Amino acid sequence: MEMKILKEGTGKIFCKNTPSEVRKWTRENKDRALRDKRMRIKDAIKKYVNDGDYLAIGGFGHIRIPMALIYEIVRQGKKNISVAGHTAVQDIDVLMAGGCVKAVDIAYVVGFELRGLSGIQRRLFESGQVEKTDYTNGAMSYRLRAGAQGIPFIPVKVMLGTDTMRHSPGKVVKCPFTGEKVLLLPSLNPDVCILHAHRADMYGNVQIDGHIVKDDLQARASKRVIVTCEELVSTDMIRADPGKTVIPFFMVDAVIEQPWGSHPGNMPYKYYFDHQFTEDYLAVGRDSDPKVLESWLSEWIYELEDFDEYLTKLGAKRLYNLRDLEFLRPPVR
Amino acid sequence: MESKNYTLRELMAVVAARQLEDGKSVAVGTGLPLVAAMLAQQTHAPNLVIFFEAGGIAPQLPILPISVGDSRTIHKALCTTTLIDIMDTMRRGFIDYAFLGGAQIDKYGNLNSTMIGDDYDKPKVRFPGSGGANDFGSLAWETLIIMDRHSPRRFVKKVDYITTPGYLYGPGAREEEGLSEGTGPSKVITDLCLLDFEPESKQMRLIATHPGITVDDVIKATGFELLIANDLGTTTSPTSDDLRILHEVIDPQGFVFKK
Repeated sequence: MEMKILKEGTGKIFCKNTPSEVRKWTRENKDRALRDKRMRIKDAIKKYVNDGDYLAIGGFGHIRIPMALIYEIVRQGKKNISVAGHTAVQDIDVLMAGGCVKAVDIAYVVGFELRGLSGIQRRLFESGQVEKTDYTNGAMSYRLRAGAQGIPFIPVKVMLGTDTMRHSPGKVVKCPFTGEKVLLLPSLNPDVCILHAHRADMYGNVQIDGHIVKDDLQARASKRVIVTCEELVSTDMIRADPGKTVIPFFMVDAVIEQPWGSHPGNMPYKYYFDHQFTEDYLAVGRDSDPKVLESWLSEWIYELEDFDEYLTKLGAKRLYNLRDLEFLRPPVR
Repeated sequence: MESKNYTLRELMAVVAARQLEDGKSVAVGTGLPLVAAMLAQQTHAPNLVIFFEAGGIAPQLPILPISVGDSRTIHKALCTTTLIDIMDTMRRGFIDYAFLGGAQIDKYGNLNSTMIGDDYDKPKVRFPGSGGANDFGSLAWETLIIMDRHSPRRFVKKVDYITTPGYLYGPGAREEEGLSEGTGPSKVITDLCLLDFEPESKQMRLIATHPGITVDDVIKATGFELLIANDLGTTTSPTSDDLRILHEVIDPQGFVFKK
């Protein structure tokens, strides 16, 4: 008996990978051995991020975001990237400022939460220069869960009856068991997932403190995974508390120790937002003169060799003050 | 003690806080909704459980977070988890209230936080989109809506885009589309008044005006025909204690109540 489609949306599917193909690809391409996966950020991005890839980003838009990796993607001028826009804030904004993004599966974009709207994203979405399909935060996670599970679609109970559904690729059907209406969404298996964690060992066993957001699902659903961490620890430390390992080594392709790797984002239990940096950046993006943004990109990305130089430019004092802010202490340096 | 010296935003926070019962659970976003939930916790609802969509459950919020995922949302939390786990928890029926807002709302409480204009591909203004709003509006038992500026441009006959479902096109519509029975928006809090949804027609109804606001003010500010309750009330002003908590405890940096 064929399943009857009662309603369907018109949204485009940007990620073409299917779970069955990804499964086959995994057998041939993913190394199951414990292998030292440390490398430079430059090399990891060169090796694992390709023009036209579909990218998933860890954290929550401006919390625990892999900014060191984002800056490098912009520095290397990657093009035509599609992005999974689960609450996407400063992470996607910098990629869009750098001209890397072709399409976005939107759950949340354009906004910087309480800080207001982004000039860069408004220009690119309102002019239609960047393609989009709208979903919800829940929907994007459900799609990744299906991808991680290796099934081609997932029935959900959100988006029903709304324009969010009509502009998505979702299809409404009746459950063959209970008869109730559900929305079917396509699974999502990104080409590459980048994320920033509190700690990892050299094999890529990853631990995150606090909320995991969707990093566990993204790592499980994606073909390639690049991890930066605040601290590279010994494997003995991982083995001492294996329940904390949210992403096991065989999913991970590259590991880089990169303290402050989420700046100007908030890294829970490590450092709070660099509020001033983000406010200055937002002002640059809202400026009607495109040269202002160009010179910001030159100053903070293109003219710097790597993220270490970026940190040097910021200076130790500024960074340590963010640590005080995180722990609700008045800065003393 | 009721205070006379307050702003409309402060009043909205207090009116919103009073909608939350002690011992229940609420999913909140940033801004006024979170302020309302924090205020309720500090006053009549110490056992209110707060959920954040990024994965924080039951934190002891020390200060207003900037983001629904920042460190403050997991400060001394009882559980930190994933976004999908929060949505699953809501779908399983554990979350009583969700706070929502938007750029436009219609008489059935449908919300637009996606775009202004009639061309999806080239909108006049692009807003953030659903985020977790559609999930909350679909899955929570009861949604409370906060609209900061009650005006005909925001309270419209037809929203440009239904991001998040209210009662869609009328009684029974949510169920017809596959959403669960017994869910939907219950109250709307604006800078002029408090509204609910008349149980039979599911249409928005004025139930109380803020002190100094007339029914006529509300009608003029609403772009659709509004139902008016028979026993129309007036909202109660913030107490001096409410105001002290809002400014000194919750938002000393002035993110929501600009200094």
